[in-house]
Amino acid sequence: MKKLKIKKSMLSHLLPGLTSLTKRGLAGWLVIFGAILVIAVIVMTALSPWIAPHDPSALTVGPRLSPPSTQFPFGTDDLGRDMLSRVISGGGVMLQVAILSVIVCLIIGVPLGLFSSHTGGVIDRFISLIMDSVYAFPGFILAIAFTVVLGRGVINMALSIAVVYVPSYFRIIRSQVLSIKEMSYIEAANAAGARKRTVLLRYILPNVVPSIAVVATVNFADAILTAAGLTFIGMGVPVNIPDWGWDLTNGRNLLPSGAWWVITFPGLMIILLALGFTLMGEGLSELLSPKLEE
Amino acid sequence: MSENEILKVEHLKKYFPVEKSFLEKMLTRTRHFVRAVDDVSFSVLKGEIFTLAGESGCGKTTTGKIIVSLMPPTSGKIFFDNVEITTLNHEALRVLKRKLQIIFQDPYASFNPRMKIGEAVGHPLEIHDIAKGSEKRKKVLEILDRVGLTPAEKFVDLYPHQMSGGQRQRAAMARALILQPEFIVADEPVSMIDVSLRTAIIDLMLNLRKDFGLTYLFITHDLAIAKYISDRIAIMYLGKIVELADKQTIFSNPMHPYTQALLAAIPVPVPERMRKTTQLKGDVPSAINIPSGCRFRTRCPRCAEKTCKEKEPELVPVSPNHYVACDLAEK
Amino acid sequence: MGNMTQSLMTVDTLTVEYWTRKGKIRAVDNLSFSLEKSETLGVVGESGSGKSTLGLSLIDLVPFPGRITRGKIVLNGKEILKLQKDELRNLRGKEICYVFQDPMTSLNPVKKIGDHFVELIRTHEPQVTKQQALERAKKLLRDVGIQPERVSDYPHQLSGGMRQRVMIALAIALNPAIVVADEPTTALDVIVQAKILDLLNALRDAYGMALILITHDLSIVLQRSDRIIVMYAGQMVECAPSTEIYLNPKHPYTQRLLKSIPNIELADQKLEAISGSPPDLLNLPKGCRFWPRCYYAFEKCRREAPPLIETGTEHFARCFLYEEGRKA
Repeated sequence: MKKLKIKKSMLSHLLPGLTSLTKRGLAGWLVIFGAILVIAVIVMTALSPWIAPHDPSALTVGPRLSPPSTQFPFGTDDLGRDMLSRVISGGGVMLQVAILSVIVCLIIGVPLGLFSSHTGGVIDRFISLIMDSVYAFPGFILAIAFTVVLGRGVINMALSIAVVYVPSYFRIIRSQVLSIKEMSYIEAANAAGARKRTVLLRYILPNVVPSIAVVATVNFADAILTAAGLTFIGMGVPVNIPDWGWDLTNGRNLLPSGAWWVITFPGLMIILLALGFTLMGEGLSELLSPKLEE
Repeated sequence: MSENEILKVEHLKKYFPVEKSFLEKMLTRTRHFVRAVDDVSFSVLKGEIFTLAGESGCGKTTTGKIIVSLMPPTSGKIFFDNVEITTLNHEALRVLKRKLQIIFQDPYASFNPRMKIGEAVGHPLEIHDIAKGSEKRKKVLEILDRVGLTPAEKFVDLYPHQMSGGQRQRAAMARALILQPEFIVADEPVSMIDVSLRTAIIDLMLNLRKDFGLTYLFITHDLAIAKYISDRIAIMYLGKIVELADKQTIFSNPMHPYTQALLAAIPVPVPERMRKTTQLKGDVPSAINIPSGCRFRTRCPRCAEKTCKEKEPELVPVSPNHYVACDLAEK
Repeated sequence: MGNMTQSLMTVDTLTVEYWTRKGKIRAVDNLSFSLEKSETLGVVGESGSGKSTLGLSLIDLVPFPGRITRGKIVLNGKEILKLQKDELRNLRGKEICYVFQDPMTSLNPVKKIGDHFVELIRTHEPQVTKQQALERAKKLLRDVGIQPERVSDYPHQLSGGMRQRVMIALAIALNPAIVVADEPTTALDVIVQAKILDLLNALRDAYGMALILITHDLSIVLQRSDRIIVMYAGQMVECAPSTEIYLNPKHPYTQRLLKSIPNIELADQKLEAISGSPPDLLNLPKGCRFWPRCYYAFEKCRREAPPLIETGTEHFARCFLYEEGRKA
């Protein structure tokens, strides 16, 4: 019951907050601009069945390997598929993987970080040790390892990426909680007789939420790039689904023959999407850093 | 514990272990401690304002926090209303917190930035299941009004960052008072507030004492404020009380060399008034490596080598109600 | 204002503004004063009074988004605000030196104490060798009461009081004409505070420096300065020798301030609070900035901003009570 009440109050803070973004200077604009990019890509991908001029998987819609022209603005690949349609429809996998992995990270990383730092002691040390070890591992290699074990597919890719990034969430939440715990208002709550759980949910968590938002947005960008990478080396989804990552692989093979357009346009889309999230993350972290304007 | 005593502290100690690196843990046996509070005993009478005074690091804040059960003592006993509180179980301790409250030094950090003042002040009522909903709101409005945050309806919905330091400190008092405690520990309540506003807060505290029948443990490093507000004062140095007496006596007849040095160092707002600064040698030793015997001897202008080095002086009465911990004091 | 003979430093109509998202804040508003050789000038005010900004503007180090928008500062005949960057750098440390408020973070934690001195001295006097600079460092440490061997220590090995003394030693290393100390003792304990203030005065006597003490603690400036400037909401509201301020405070704010600080030498002191709260610099009241809290406020105070009025020899107060023809 109490948990629901908290979430409602957090939302009521969010809405007026959004409208005031324009007044918050450069950082606010970063968030808005990044959000626009991201939303545009999402909308484009969602509407792809209707707005793509051709079926992205249909072969020989046009002449093979033809450069960008008025008929095919992004050119065609070696199987004669329209690149524009592939670019419009290719974000689906990446977005799904990214969103899924972020959700998994939130579900695992946040409670773990809260619990570990609030409990402290040996348990905290132990969990931190595990997290640090995973964190120390080169992320991409770890993701590859997990995909090999779990197999291909959207969900497995998402899980592999999540495993790599949970430690980031954990660390940030933990360090936030630890610094918040030092604050007098936590002592005040304890002095008033509040139970540990109340302190965690009503005093610590609301103050940690901003940093969660920042980690999540930056994480999105990372997840997208990792997903692209995994597909690039062939660990991604099956061949028949239009996917930017796959086009990257294909496009790279086609580069020596001079067909620059196959790799370029999907690559640009990946960059745009990652950029959108990164800008949001940067802007958010600027906005949410302590307001010390005395 | 006599009729009049509301709080009695006996041989209170608080040692904090010094964190060692992994290598040090392997190679050395000895454990080092920061002896923040090192055998402190005193009692507070009902309705009085008892001040723990001393410089930073002397252990006064730690003592205050132990008394309101924010941390457990390493050893020693604390009696509140005749009940020994260091051995109470969790639940009993929670109930006790209704009677013993604390006001913190930093008005900026002592409020949750994401909670409205009304919520923050009223939260203790929820915690102890005393009132909810409209009844809670009524009590909150009353107490905000009482501490001078008027119109209360306006302040209830403000966030901490929308209020000034002085206003926040008043809200802190409201929060402490809403449970109708008997005893309040005030930890440097005005040191982070603008000078022109301090008097108002202190006067508020004095008024509240009258109206609510409170007893205060006042903690400060500012002896000038201590002189204004206290009934009795205990001077602390490196975790021990070195002198304890009522206000008049401390200022007119300080006997411990440290007290004398402290008083001489206080700036007096009179032009060209140069007080004779008792030159204290050196700096305060670390609380990890407390000097043997009298811990003040490394800085004391009167230190007599032999006695002061070997024996730790006890807090003894040199006259009724005037205690000094110095073997050379009576001379 | 000040003597007619050449003052050491004159500040003329200095105005410093901060351009924040919420609006423009005038931290220092039209301030003018002069500083004489070997004088200790106390600048006292509370948060929002502008005293710290004033201190920083004297060495042209007002942090962004603040800017000095008006006025001039003349030191030894040179206009500080018009200097080129390297001339300014030369000035800082050599002719006017600033002691920062927080000794904990003002020293470089990865540099030895001695190296701080070496860097400072050799920047301004490149012909000095490292060895010579270290020798001078040792002497300076002795002057401030620290054992000379501590030159090879790192800042974290010294206590707060010692670090502050190192800061002071650095400040006087090049024998500047003026030392500006911003809240030099706030982070310190009473006993160390007294030592440091004694030290500053002793050095002033020995080296003939002028000292500007910026603090919120009226007791300190009353006890130790020759002249006092009282600041409120960015303006100078009173300026007089300290004995005058003590015996004859003119501005209502100064009067109330004096009555609100505890004096341990008085037997039964009744402290008086100043009603109201410090002004919001974004929302200053019309007319006199102090009128909402002033016991004497009358019609004119609410409408017009009072100018600085001369109320006696070298005694100025910004208050209509002392206007020509008005009986105070």
